[in-house]
Amino acid sequence: MATGFAQWGNDLYTGRRSYDIVGKRRRWYAISLVLVLVSAVLLVKPGLNPGIEFRGGSEFMVSGVPTDDQQLAVDTVQAVSPEEAPRVTTVGGSSLRIQTAELTNEQVEEVKNGLAEAFDVGQDQITSAYIGPSWGQDVSQKAVTGLLVFLLFVSLVMTVYFRNWRMAAAAIIALFHDLIITVGIYAAIGWEVTPATVIGFLTILGYSIYDTVVVFDKVRENTADTLEQTRFTYAERANLAVNQTLVRSINTSVVALLPVASILVIGAFVLGAGTLRDIALALFVGMFVGTFSSIFIATPLEVTLREREPRIREHTAKVLAARAGGDGTQGEGVTAGAVHAAAALRPGGHLGQGAQPRRKGR
Amino acid sequence: MLGLLVVALFASILAGTRWSDASLTPNLALDLEGGTQVILEPVPEAQGDVTSETINQAIAVIRQRVDASGVAEAEITSQGGDKIVVALPGRPDEETLDLVRTSAQMEFRPVLVMGAPAATPQDPAAPPAADQPTKASPDGPSDIAYYVTPEVQQEFDALDCTLPENRTGGAPGDPDTAFVACDQEGLAKYILGPVEIPGEDIKSATSGMGATSTGASTGQWVVNLEFTGAGTPKFTEVTTRLASQTPPLNQFAVVLDALVISAPSVNEVIPNGQAQISGSFTRETAATLANQLNFGSLPISFTVQSEQQISATLGSEQLQKGLLAGVFGLLLVVVYSLFQYRALGLVTVASLLVAALVTYGVITLLSWLQGYRLSLPGVAGLIVAIGITADSFIVYFERIRDELRDGRALGAAIEKGWERARRTILASDAVNFTAAIVLYLLAVGGVRGFAFTLGLTTLVDLLVVFLFTHPLMILLGRTRFFAEGHPASGLDPRRLGVDTLRYGGRGRVVTPGRRASGAPAPESAREPVAVGSGGGMTIAERRAAARAAQAAAAPPPDAPPASGTDEPAAERAEGSDR
Repeated sequence: MATGFAQWGNDLYTGRRSYDIVGKRRRWYAISLVLVLVSAVLLVKPGLNPGIEFRGGSEFMVSGVPTDDQQLAVDTVQAVSPEEAPRVTTVGGSSLRIQTAELTNEQVEEVKNGLAEAFDVGQDQITSAYIGPSWGQDVSQKAVTGLLVFLLFVSLVMTVYFRNWRMAAAAIIALFHDLIITVGIYAAIGWEVTPATVIGFLTILGYSIYDTVVVFDKVRENTADTLEQTRFTYAERANLAVNQTLVRSINTSVVALLPVASILVIGAFVLGAGTLRDIALALFVGMFVGTFSSIFIATPLEVTLREREPRIREHTAKVLAARAGGDGTQGEGVTAGAVHAAAALRPGGHLGQGAQPRRKGR
Repeated sequence: MLGLLVVALFASILAGTRWSDASLTPNLALDLEGGTQVILEPVPEAQGDVTSETINQAIAVIRQRVDASGVAEAEITSQGGDKIVVALPGRPDEETLDLVRTSAQMEFRPVLVMGAPAATPQDPAAPPAADQPTKASPDGPSDIAYYVTPEVQQEFDALDCTLPENRTGGAPGDPDTAFVACDQEGLAKYILGPVEIPGEDIKSATSGMGATSTGASTGQWVVNLEFTGAGTPKFTEVTTRLASQTPPLNQFAVVLDALVISAPSVNEVIPNGQAQISGSFTRETAATLANQLNFGSLPISFTVQSEQQISATLGSEQLQKGLLAGVFGLLLVVVYSLFQYRALGLVTVASLLVAALVTYGVITLLSWLQGYRLSLPGVAGLIVAIGITADSFIVYFERIRDELRDGRALGAAIEKGWERARRTILASDAVNFTAAIVLYLLAVGGVRGFAFTLGLTTLVDLLVVFLFTHPLMILLGRTRFFAEGHPASGLDPRRLGVDTLRYGGRGRVVTPGRRASGAPAPESAREPVAVGSGGGMTIAERRAAARAAQAAAAPPPDAPPASGTDEPAAERAEGSDR
């Protein structure tokens, strides 16, 4: 398989094999739009499930107990505070987490004593926490501020680096696309949103842009001299870049996803609810979508934006006209979506009859 | 270079463990080590009251209280601009937590009785105590007869201010009754009257050189105190009354957290709300007092935003499983890169190991020098960093392979590939680092630990790629194993498609056999690479292929790809100079 993969990589690089990603961009836009819409719906219903950090309340952790006896914990809490509907979750191999609404200090003591008695454990195996409702909000508010500041900086850096604002714009649209889909999927799975989740979402910002920059760097390299030749359009050059980085993108995302996946598996099946699991899910989905979007969304978007530039538009028209003129006899013409292997040309090939000198008066 | 760096890093850590209190493992944050974390949120009384200055003063006061209560290694920091995070190891008792939770109270009370600090029932300095509060109401706040009841007197007599545990401060007393308090240095003890001016009425306090009325410097350090509009008339009233009293009744005490931080005597009526406290101040003591007075005037109080106790067992379980996940993930990465890049995968692995080593060293060093603590989100950040770090190598390797496909010899390919990969790596790492910095500066608690490790690993990544991976690649490029493109090296030109049959110009065709042995591919762009696209072959190529097939019964070269995406239109684009 590795040989096949390497061969496939070669074909992609030389342009022998090429996936017309940029040309068929409307298809990818449509897929993404559907995904974004589905995520938007998921965000409304069932919606995100706020963790205790966002609801506020008291939390007890009983460690070193058999975890199958959740009803006992519920009963203990209700003995102290009858209207309470505590949420009991298993954490790790031998711990129970009990979340309640906000309790007074005396009630907290009572519940702790009750739990110690009910589970027959020492006081030091029970911990309690109080989380004000503003804590989570605060974290997310900071996250939003962070997002905005980050976007500003990154737009500046990218505009300067690529000397073109359109790349920055495309990258940022792709970023929002990633973020919305990730949050939507998180809502669909229904795990609690904790500050760890927010951290995960924020990391996706970095990763998504990072991945897009790598792809764009290749696009920039390939398209640098587009205007000085008339064989290929900007879109074709960009498409080649995407194809050439495809192997890199796949390898990178596999390598990045493997550790995250291993945290996710251990977090979800061994540790239960907690920081690692929440962060890993957000990252897993985000990295996956991020890789997808930098290939299928960011680059096509960038091409769409660039093609609005008068210079590029003129150039594209010129290339297509020349091609139509030259290839007229072959009848392939300007069909949109025709894959032109835009690889750097090599000497020694045959250009077809269209390239031969024409007889006068024909 | 990098070797030197690593050696220096670990040498300093070892030296630290040998001669100082450093340890070979990084310190763990509360969520891994267990303990209690209280996050305090400021409640400003007016807009713009929460500044970094007021927060820092508040932190100083909380630290003073917690330290006085004997809790070791409490960590009090401000995060995200305005939050105060108090981290206490272990399971602190309620009293300690109360010290943190309650905000400092400063108040001005008149001194009724002042005595030597020791607990002496027959304190000679104490005036004879009144018997009963015979009066129905006091004549004024300085009315000893009313306020100093036998009970208060008894409490006063029993109090021993020479013992440090009696000087830890605590909850402020009832503002309307007498209050017994120690001097913060333990030099005296006091019976104080009811609260006359609350701390909020202080506008500001500064320390400086005292000046006479003519403006000449007295050469003495003083503390200048200014009252607000609300405080000025109260202060005028107090000074009016106290100025005519005899010592110690002419003193007023500044009480912070139930400790008397200063008890100046009033020499004259101060009508304009601008007081000057003089005495045997040094520069430091004057500044400290001014700071403390300022804290009393802090326009903010604090509410508990969250309070978490984390059990040590749970933390260590999470750490253990997290590390297990990390190791497992790393193994998967190793297997995958060996599979994809063969021997080159070993370079990835070696680079990752070096990166891990450097990161570990830096974290350990920071936790010794800067008090950095590794938290669970920090561990998650490290695990995520595996992917991002490995990506740099992948970008680099892919660029080298691209150059090989273009027909360059390995040495040239490494050089050229590095040039291009360097740009990409720098740009993408810059973005990552920006993200980490923004997160770090804006975030609180866990997010911060995560951002820190993310930023750190980004830097380490750059360091390793520049100082380890690239030099290593150059060295490897000189070995026969890699330069000749051994099939297991991951840089085999044949696998990279360089060596397929192709037209060599002037009617000749380059076949695989002719070039395989060692002679580096020409560096010019004239010959290399299987060009072209689709199933198209030139006539010459087809003939050569047929010959080759006859001769060696080799599998037919380059069957047209079956992929549907590959449209015949591509045929035309077969190479030529443009």
